[in-house]
Amino acid sequence: MKMPTKWKRLTALATMVLTTALLSGCSNMMVLDPKGPIGAQQRDLILISSILCAVILVPVLIMTFVIAWRYRDKPGNKSKYTPKWEHSTKLETIWWGIPIVIIGILAVITVRYTYATEPSKPLESANETMVIQVTSLDWKWLFQYPEQDIATVNYLQFPANVPIRFELTSDAPMNSFWIPQLGGQMYTMSGMAMKLHLQADEPGSFFGSGANFTGREFGKMNFEAKATTQEEFDAWVKQIKSESPALTLEGYSKLAEQGVTHEQSFSSFPEGLFNKIVNKYASSHQHGAKTEASTDKQEKSEKDAEAADSTADGQEGHDANHAGH
Amino acid sequence: METTFLGRKRKRLEAAHADIGGHSAGGSHDEHHDHESLKTFGFWIFLITDCILFGTLFATYIVLRGNTNGGPTAEELFQMPGVIASTFILLTSSFTSGLAVLSMNRGNVKGLIGWLAVTALLGASFITLEITEFVHMVQAENATIGTSAFLSAFYTLVGTHGLHVSLGLVWMVALMIQLARHGITAVTKRKVNVISLYWHFLDVVWIFVFTIVYMMGVM
Amino acid sequence: MFEKIKEFASEFFVTGDPLIYGADVGIALTLISIVVVLTYFKRWGWLWREWLTSVDHKKIGIMYIIASLLMLFRGGVDALLMRTQLAMPDMQFLEPEHYNQIFTTHGVIMILFMAMPLMFGLFNIVIPLQIGARDVAYPFLNSLSFWLFFWGAMLFNMSFVIGGSPNAGWLAYPPLSELSHSPGVGQDFYIWGIQISGIGSLMTGINFIVTILKMRAPGMKLMKMPMFTWSTLSSCITIIFAFPILTVTLALLFLDRYLGAHFFTLDGGGNPMMYINLIWMWGHPEVYIVVLPAFGIFSEIVSTFSRKKLFGYKSMVFALMSISFFSFFTWAHHFFTMGSGANVNAFFAITTMIIAIPTGVKVFNWLFTMFRGRISYKSPMLWTMGFIPCFVVGGMTGVLLSVAPADFQFHNSYFLIAHFHQVLIGGVAFGYFAGLYYWWPKMFGFKLNEKLGKWAFWLWNIGFYVCFMPQYFLGLDGMTRRVSSYGWDMGWGPLNLVSTIGGFLMGIGFLFQVWQIAHSIKFMERDTTGDPWNGRTLEWSIPSPAPVYNFATLPQATEQDAWWEEKQRREQGQKPAAQPPLEPIHMPRNSGIPFIKSFCWFVAGFGFVFDWLWIAIPGLAGVAICMLIRSFTYNTDYYIPVDEIKRTEAALRGSV
Repeated sequence: MKMPTKWKRLTALATMVLTTALLSGCSNMMVLDPKGPIGAQQRDLILISSILCAVILVPVLIMTFVIAWRYRDKPGNKSKYTPKWEHSTKLETIWWGIPIVIIGILAVITVRYTYATEPSKPLESANETMVIQVTSLDWKWLFQYPEQDIATVNYLQFPANVPIRFELTSDAPMNSFWIPQLGGQMYTMSGMAMKLHLQADEPGSFFGSGANFTGREFGKMNFEAKATTQEEFDAWVKQIKSESPALTLEGYSKLAEQGVTHEQSFSSFPEGLFNKIVNKYASSHQHGAKTEASTDKQEKSEKDAEAADSTADGQEGHDANHAGH
Repeated sequence: METTFLGRKRKRLEAAHADIGGHSAGGSHDEHHDHESLKTFGFWIFLITDCILFGTLFATYIVLRGNTNGGPTAEELFQMPGVIASTFILLTSSFTSGLAVLSMNRGNVKGLIGWLAVTALLGASFITLEITEFVHMVQAENATIGTSAFLSAFYTLVGTHGLHVSLGLVWMVALMIQLARHGITAVTKRKVNVISLYWHFLDVVWIFVFTIVYMMGVM
Repeated sequence: MFEKIKEFASEFFVTGDPLIYGADVGIALTLISIVVVLTYFKRWGWLWREWLTSVDHKKIGIMYIIASLLMLFRGGVDALLMRTQLAMPDMQFLEPEHYNQIFTTHGVIMILFMAMPLMFGLFNIVIPLQIGARDVAYPFLNSLSFWLFFWGAMLFNMSFVIGGSPNAGWLAYPPLSELSHSPGVGQDFYIWGIQISGIGSLMTGINFIVTILKMRAPGMKLMKMPMFTWSTLSSCITIIFAFPILTVTLALLFLDRYLGAHFFTLDGGGNPMMYINLIWMWGHPEVYIVVLPAFGIFSEIVSTFSRKKLFGYKSMVFALMSISFFSFFTWAHHFFTMGSGANVNAFFAITTMIIAIPTGVKVFNWLFTMFRGRISYKSPMLWTMGFIPCFVVGGMTGVLLSVAPADFQFHNSYFLIAHFHQVLIGGVAFGYFAGLYYWWPKMFGFKLNEKLGKWAFWLWNIGFYVCFMPQYFLGLDGMTRRVSSYGWDMGWGPLNLVSTIGGFLMGIGFLFQVWQIAHSIKFMERDTTGDPWNGRTLEWSIPSPAPVYNFATLPQATEQDAWWEEKQRREQGQKPAAQPPLEPIHMPRNSGIPFIKSFCWFVAGFGFVFDWLWIAIPGLAGVAICMLIRSFTYNTDYYIPVDEIKRTEAALRGSV
């Protein structure tokens, strides 16, 4: 029989490819090598669900090969042949039952993690959450630091061990903000300010990308996300404050035009720019997330005099709430 | 001979022939009847798909109806007297299409064509009213399909219904000609039944349009 | 004047890329040679009478299959171009713009113009024969469905040489697909190509539901139907609920682009997220629409080649129906990362996982059909055996993707790409190939060469794993879909190279299949039995290829595997009863209207694409005229006299 050798060869090949890939890569694959609490939870979840799936997968694969081999049509095959046997309540109950149980367990775990890692939920930490406002443009990222009053393009820096609340919007087709080693992605949508909480547990440089297709140069929307110590971060802010130009409204309109750009930094940005971008499209949507973010901003502007938001912005955000409802 | 086994339970086979229809060349009359009922059944399924088409449009309208983009709102635009009038016209046309079917069942070709003509006339006046309404909105209120998402959804939903009614009108005229030529046969009978089904369906859709678009718009 | 024409031509025709010029020449040469051959052999009349106007489900099925194999070729070339571009870091083979067009057309063609017509082709060929009917419920409509698909596909493919291809992804998310971001005509080709063929798909759905519910052979109760018929029914039910949503969604996008409406635009109060919801409310059921019939095919094949009754018939039926039901409640798992909140995500995660249960049960039932059977590994069974492990693994990665919080890391990455190719190639493509090999002798009266078939199978199978297994790891390493190139520093090079090699192995597999078909046409012996695989269902009880009327006398089917049971009885020496007398057979007449009407749709669509009303309006008028002509035509059928049936049967069975 030719077949079995071929099957064996296929299995051998598949195993080979899998193991080589696993050995060579797994330990340093971004998603499986997280550097933050959210990423770590997601990694754990991926491993747990993979194991649960393997509980069914492996026996089924073994069974497939055994049955395919044992009951092959070959003269002298002595294994049983029951051409009319077509039903067994016991067996069928078993294989309706097993997947139901496994899926049940997985569902419980999934739901628990879904609430635990809900991106809009603040992270628990001794340090105060820092806000970075993210805008996806065609085809670049604008990062605004309202508390520091600086802005960067295609480059992100923040202190390690400090929870970051990314507020995400878009002034272009929907993109997706993804730093795999810190945690999962989130869409950037025009007219909304979505919240994504992430944190780096140690200093390091991480790969960030725009994961959702937005047209010609979308592949160029990668950026470096660098976590540093608080001191280094403060020094970096200071340096930008003293050395970089300011971002003006005209400057922003230019930046928002289609095209690619290198990394840039700005010592300041127009007051309430982020809210302006959100509100530009806000009447289009009735999405809860936007409202919440705007309210948060309002609180923030009251609390923190240094934050970029003025009362006027708060007002705008308020108006947007009305438009939303 | 493979097919011979088919005769194994011949009596049962013959008995079964009567109700599978369509393809046994038994009585020509029965066969026509089966063919036509098959088509009516298919039309019901088509109506399911049309329901989903309208359902999607309604869902879109409901999502977008608040997004007026600073343009006119439903309350400012809709003029209920005209809408109520056209609602009555369409409801009446549904009734007259029912009368047409009754005439047909009595074998009265003239009555049938007459009631179909009345139905078509009522349908035509419904469409005229709708077009007048649209023209008024566009010209007097400057409310076009491009003004806001609300109006895009409004014109599309109501317009799709209008398009259905208009197609029904053409079809109805074609059918009246056929009736005049062929009289009431199995084929024309099925066609009348199907179009009356279609007409009632459009009536039901209109009731939803009236409630969800117009009533909820002005309230 | 001349300048103007030149300027127009440079915009009208796609220019600039040597690849495209090469393809242009190829297309032109092919068309010319087709015309020359048809003219030389005086085959135009034959083509028109026997094929273009045919309402015979068997011929329509064959035309579907030919068209879908051509589309498989085009989609496959697209795939290999992409894999070539990605083989190494910083490749300069395709410009980003060109790459974007290619992955867009690859996706659209493979799902809508390859998988769907191949599926419809098999429906057409098999269903009436399997349920013992003489044709589908509405043969005229069936022909219309095919030609709408065909001209829709032609319109879509035309964008390759005229005007420019769409480049906003296979589902064309707005606002990228809106006029503001895609001002070219490519997106309009997308809308009209899919719209026209989509109407055809919807009508096919209706047609086969009625065929299956109303035209089964006497005695064939619903719970005695062959499993492929069940899977077709569940797929068609899904079609009639899902496709109207697609029609509306594309129509709204068209209104946005054409009349300046604001459904999905950024400004004017439009809501792009609504498009994403709507398109997936169609899009998710769509993948089940194409995979359910594959499940049916496997059920038939596993049972036939294990020479054993299908295990767990009722479970299988229940699983099919519950899959098509749940497929409508999972759409939001395509955008867990939209931030709809934990409640929504948890709900859709669970509904998605639920689908794994009936799917898993089906796998167990196939395995236990083989258990204590006698399995012979002919081509169809080989593909089935390739399918089971592949689909089980693909299904499991699907479950991983449904775990909402984990999906935040998988989404938009190559992990996702690997997953859906594993279920679509391993499930759908392998399934339809298996079906094609299985029913090929029924279509043409000869089998396909086994030796070349084995080469094709192993190339496809090994190629598949080599191509897509690395992509799971690329995804875990942060590689996102649709990027046209990546830097050396990312470390994605080696796995991508492996993946590209796998892609080309599958390409070679396809060439082997073409060779196999050509070789078999020339050298394979005719199958005179009509039942080359020792089949179980009614289609194997008649000669191959089946006569125009399929069954001289309508069969009686009181058992699940009616033909198998009959053969058993004959083996035991029971004498078949005498045939009932032949009666004239009522058949539908051929009609040119479907072809002409669909062509008018094509013309209208073309006019709308370029916003040339002087073309669009005559096109629509043509459609209306065709409809009226049909409505006024009462002479739509004829009878085949008994004598002719006798002659045909004698000729066909004389060789038995």
